[in-house]
Amino acid sequence: MPQTLAEKIFSNHCGRMVQAGDFILADLDLVMAHDTTCAWALAPFYQIAERVFDPSKIFIPFDHAFPSPSVAMSKLQNQIKKFADEQGIPVVYDGVCHQVMSERLINPGNLILGADSHSPTGGGLGALTIGVGSTDAAIAMATGKSWFRVPETIGVIITGRLPLGCYSKDVVLSVAKEMGPDGANYRVVEYKGETVEEFDVPARLTLTNMSAEMGAKAAIVAPDHQTRAYLEENDRLVEFNDMTSDSQAHFEREFRFDVSDLKPMIACPPDIDNDVPVEEVEAEKVSVDQVFIGSCTNCRIEDLEVVYRMWKGKRVREGLRAIITPASRRVYIQALQRGYIEEFVNFGAVVSSPGCGPCLGRSGGVLYDDEVCVSTSNRNFEGRMGSPKARIFLASPATAAASALTGIITDPRSFIE
Amino acid sequence: MNWMFGDNINTDLITPGRYNITTDPEALARVCFIEYRPEFHQKVQSGDFVVAGQNFGCGSSRETAAVALKYSQLQAVLAKSFARIFFRNAINLGLLCIIAETDSIEKTDKLELDIHAQVLYNKSKKQNIAIEIPGMMRRLYWEGGIINYLKTNGLLALADLEKF
Repeated sequence: MPQTLAEKIFSNHCGRMVQAGDFILADLDLVMAHDTTCAWALAPFYQIAERVFDPSKIFIPFDHAFPSPSVAMSKLQNQIKKFADEQGIPVVYDGVCHQVMSERLINPGNLILGADSHSPTGGGLGALTIGVGSTDAAIAMATGKSWFRVPETIGVIITGRLPLGCYSKDVVLSVAKEMGPDGANYRVVEYKGETVEEFDVPARLTLTNMSAEMGAKAAIVAPDHQTRAYLEENDRLVEFNDMTSDSQAHFEREFRFDVSDLKPMIACPPDIDNDVPVEEVEAEKVSVDQVFIGSCTNCRIEDLEVVYRMWKGKRVREGLRAIITPASRRVYIQALQRGYIEEFVNFGAVVSSPGCGPCLGRSGGVLYDDEVCVSTSNRNFEGRMGSPKARIFLASPATAAASALTGIITDPRSFIE
Repeated sequence: MNWMFGDNINTDLITPGRYNITTDPEALARVCFIEYRPEFHQKVQSGDFVVAGQNFGCGSSRETAAVALKYSQLQAVLAKSFARIFFRNAINLGLLCIIAETDSIEKTDKLELDIHAQVLYNKSKKQNIAIEIPGMMRRLYWEGGIINYLKTNGLLALADLEKF
């Protein structure tokens, strides 16, 4: 029976050959719940269990509001810390959950449950990483298992050489424009094609991450030599067999994108599929109050390198708030060692500690009425980053960096050599 | 009454990130739609329906959104489609989320829901609206959620969910 990559991974985790539509109870390689979702998992957990199934397979990062900005948040973190101590699970303060898991924990072929909607991110390493709520996380922490309906797969085939000034964020925004906010609901999105093969894992993580905004249950890129290179860079090369979807496997739909003529893209508020080329918005001279370069979507060292090159020796546009939040402790240290942080601070940016930061409007850059933010994150919903009257535009780090230089939403191409 | 909403109602609109920092379900019900429909909490009555378009509950995985709706004492959420994490949370919590063609429903229409017969009747318009409630959602609604179900039947009963 020909299988998709997702069907193969599900099969390997439930002990039988399965295909889309099958209902399964699967064994999990890892369960993640963070400083918000884990709080809601505690009461349900203690109603059904006393001990977690395996403390080494549970990951609890504090990232959504860390360090805590309020007593209410500290209370949740305190409850989670007590639970973690009792169960022998270390609480990790090293950055955004999906980034830290990619660096340290996710292996090709894994099946991982995350109590966070951006869990599809980890599929950039060739794993199935699936987002759920807190009750599912509680059951998974107690049993090591979760129920699934094996999903159909949608193929997204990307070809062509990316023009200068365009990145995987611009690619995925154009995919989102086509797919819409529910085009991949309940499905796995498998990214493939020559452009994806050339993307390194950090660039792939941006594709898989944004698939959550299309409703995807998971997103995946077949693990290959790029995956090996990434694991090696992170000092944890493990042996794995290359896995791909069988050539005769059933894909529900296939989308093809030729990115040879792509322009830098921007998602205008308040929906993810409201994407236009940045040059069109630039013509409207939209004044920017805040630039946020961060989140699980785009604040890896490769992203910061782009920003560094554009900002070196320059100053932020007067009055504009530029915020950089490295995705993880590792990224922060890399940026320090390369001299980026000093340059960012000289530029006039605020560099905040690794975590989710202002992306969800909880701390570190909350927006007021009518303010405009250019953000490298993933959601431009009304009220996402603060006041429901604020406007959030989503773009690549290059577009965000260019906008911090000019004070209006700006196409980055004229700033890139 | 029916609380009318459009397409793509995301969980940030239901329980915004700045308000959902609590594990008290009643406190969450008080902030349900706090910015998007500020009168909702004051005026919602037991047995009301939320009626929406496509992709209800998209965005963040925060279970607080489903908890806030459940503790608002709604009879059910009716929508053309639901986003998957929200739908899964609703199944687990025993919040009825029912896929229905909602275009014909108006704010003041009297709706009658029969879960056993799987019939939604619009009394005001004398119309039957086709619905399908998955077996697992029906069963876990009657059980008062998956945690109650597992408490009663033991963790091994996880394997029986398929049979519903």
